[in-house]
Amino acid sequence: MTALDVRDARDARALHPGDAARAKRWSAADPFAIAGVALLLGFFILLPLVSIGFEALRAGWAPVVATFSDPNARAAIGLTVLATAVTVVVNGAFGVLAGWTLTKYRFPGTSLLLAIINLPLTISPVVAGLALLLCFGTRSPLGAWFAAHGVQIAFTPIGIVLATIFVTFPYVARETIALMGEQGRDLEEAALGLGASVWQTFALVTFPRARWAILNGLLLCNARALGEFGAVSVISGNIQGLTDTVPLQIDFLYNEDNLVGAFALSGALALVVIALTLVRSILEARRRPD
Amino acid sequence: MIPGRGLALGMTMTVVAIVVVVPLGALVLTLRGITPAGFLATAFSPEALAAYRLSFGAAIVASAIDVLAGAAIAIVLVRHPGGAMRGLDTLVDVPFALPPAVTGITLATLYGPHGWVGAWLAQHGIAIAYTPAGIVLALAFVGLPFVVRTVQPVIATLPEEYALAAASLGAAPFTILRRITLPLVAPAFLTGFALALARTLGEYGSVIFIAGNMPGKTEIVPLIIVTRLEQYDFSGAAAVALVSLAVSFLMLLTIDVLQRRMLDARNAA
Repeated sequence: MTALDVRDARDARALHPGDAARAKRWSAADPFAIAGVALLLGFFILLPLVSIGFEALRAGWAPVVATFSDPNARAAIGLTVLATAVTVVVNGAFGVLAGWTLTKYRFPGTSLLLAIINLPLTISPVVAGLALLLCFGTRSPLGAWFAAHGVQIAFTPIGIVLATIFVTFPYVARETIALMGEQGRDLEEAALGLGASVWQTFALVTFPRARWAILNGLLLCNARALGEFGAVSVISGNIQGLTDTVPLQIDFLYNEDNLVGAFALSGALALVVIALTLVRSILEARRRPD
Repeated sequence: MIPGRGLALGMTMTVVAIVVVVPLGALVLTLRGITPAGFLATAFSPEALAAYRLSFGAAIVASAIDVLAGAAIAIVLVRHPGGAMRGLDTLVDVPFALPPAVTGITLATLYGPHGWVGAWLAQHGIAIAYTPAGIVLALAFVGLPFVVRTVQPVIATLPEEYALAAASLGAAPFTILRRITLPLVAPAFLTGFALALARTLGEYGSVIFIAGNMPGKTEIVPLIIVTRLEQYDFSGAAAVALVSLAVSFLMLLTIDVLQRRMLDARNAA
């Protein structure tokens, strides 16, 4: 189709009053479409969210308070915060590094490297946990070596941190690679041509322009890290008070038939990740104008 | 030319090797003590085959539901941006952010025999929790954001000139839909489907609570791995994990091809 045809089509729209009527008829159906979609999302997504709060507060606030003052729950919250903090720092730093490396340089095998970085997105969390267990368990050579040096990884918080890092590995890198790739190399080459060092170029030219993508990736990574379950459950060994994260504690309480406790912790986690999601959509709306 | 290529590449590859390649390598190496026949026997045992069928079937059905629902949601969100609709837009991201275990126990309780929805359905003789329908429900919940977020930007930037040109040349609305609009959006739908499928195939936490976990009936692939691990059958767990890993890798390659085709279709339009 040529540009001329397109202009003809635009003229046709201007000339035929019928098209305006058709557009209007479309919008007459829209309230129904909006209501349908609102109903769908309300039933499918909002109702489960509301039910978390309802189940948690079924017996009032006292059991909720009791759940959060339980030492095992406190230990689980501490471990989840620790694992998430380490994960966000590691994957954030890697995301910036990978963004720079994969978009500012040319080298053979870029797409293979990109595929390996993205692999944790499609791998089942259970497979990830199993891989880490087989790699760092005491039966493996690597695990035995670490054990000989006094470091146990499987069934300890270290294993939980590694599992969380693995599962959320690509989230920051994907965002930075996409944005830095779009931005190209021109400004960096100009900065270098004007005498800036590589580090100055990165810190003053590349990093400031990528900060939205980095922040967006960090928020995604943070939300997923807080809730990681499958990989962590395989490598944790579920030692109460020691290697239980909040999602594992939820699983434990639910299986103990302590529904109020399970939903109280679920509600707390849900509130945090929803807050992170809201921050992300507010940032997105702010960024869009420029 | 930007200097520092060797250092940057070296650091990136070191991190990737430590975090991803070494653990996955250990998984593959676990199978070196097992014969090819032994591998096939354990990776494709009747129980494992039933789990592959269930996981694939449920993931495909759930992703197809997500494509239909996601199309409607994306079209409405694109036509009515901003305002109160922003709330609905944010709601779409919730299944992605919600921890799998939270999703799992919430859906299991809500659709369980005593839940708000489950009790009502039970009165009409319909059981969702602890049946394959429950697995599809949980997977559809998890996969929905992937379809909407893939399709939404493509619909938003859909050029209307072609449709108008066809209309001015006398094409019927159905012909326009079939010959113009669908070919323009199809690559995005296919990519969204593949992304949802890739995600749901390996999903664990959001499914196990509602699945029922009956061997051969409602036992999904990740659960087989966990069960074998609990029985200290490391090579059996690794064999199924390797099949799952191979599927993940194939999905990733497929998604890459589809995504490229989607971008090409967009650039051509």
